Amino acid sequence: MAQTSPNTHPGWFTRIAHPGMFMGWTRHVVLPLAIATALAFAAGLYVVFFASPPDYQMGDTVRMMYVHVPTAWLSQFCYAVMFSSAIGTLVWRHPMADVSQKAAAPLGAAFTALALFTGAMWGRPTWGTFWEWDGRMTSTLVLLFIYLGIIALWRAFDDQLKAARIVSVVTLVGAVNIPIIKFSVDWWQTLHQPASVFRTDGPTVDFSILTPLLVMTLAFSLLFLTLHLVRMRTEVTRRRIRSLELAQARAAGGAP
Amino acid sequence: MIDLGQHWEFIAATYAGSVLVIGALIGWTWSASRRARTRVARLEAARKARKA
Repeated sequence: MAQTSPNTHPGWFTRIAHPGMFMGWTRHVVLPLAIATALAFAAGLYVVFFASPPDYQMGDTVRMMYVHVPTAWLSQFCYAVMFSSAIGTLVWRHPMADVSQKAAAPLGAAFTALALFTGAMWGRPTWGTFWEWDGRMTSTLVLLFIYLGIIALWRAFDDQLKAARIVSVVTLVGAVNIPIIKFSVDWWQTLHQPASVFRTDGPTVDFSILTPLLVMTLAFSLLFLTLHLVRMRTEVTRRRIRSLELAQARAAGGAP
Repeated sequence: MIDLGQHWEFIAATYAGSVLVIGALIGWTWSASRRARTRVARLEAARKARKA
């Protein structure tokens, strides 16, 4: 009969799920990721300001798109990460799923706020207004409120495991807003243009404008990945602090 | 530096605002991580001292 050795190399799921192992392998990943992020931003900003032409219609204001589109993409991608983590928490009770959810929420809020801000800055010279209550902009504002509500919920509970279950349910319910953001430009008459990059029939943007856009999107995505990993590591450390503080209080006879 | 055209102030505001928010996000993430690492190291040392 085959026997399992206790020294068997752990699988990828264990390496992700076990907080100690997660801290071990991510220690070697954070610095290379941070360097890759810095290099991608350096390359991206060079292409944005020195190697890309003005758009034939929008002129130089197209350079705002290189920040607006990546932040808007991350505002939704971050929610997709939280959505997957919420399923991981509720269905599999994955030990790192709620850590991932908690770490992602402030990042999602920041990128959504940036998408709204850069959109407003871009909207003034191109549409003549900073803000319009149209489908895309309003649903993105709702997304920001959802992120802020989720952050507030995390802070409202001392018991983080209980908070994780409640936040997971709210995250799953709030996910209904993501397809609304995506398809709002098709469903309603809006000032916002329809999708021009992520389309089933391929991008409609010229290559000279698509290149800086993709490089900046890569840079922002790497930034998100780096910050998310570091924040997850910090959350695991905080939980370790909590258990050490409890042990310390118990040793001092101050806690049951 | 290239000429950013007649709407340069909007482009400048977009990038300045982004740098500000991303800088704050990086700073906050880094300082929280450092605080947590310092605190856990202190607690681990205290635990070792208790056990010794």
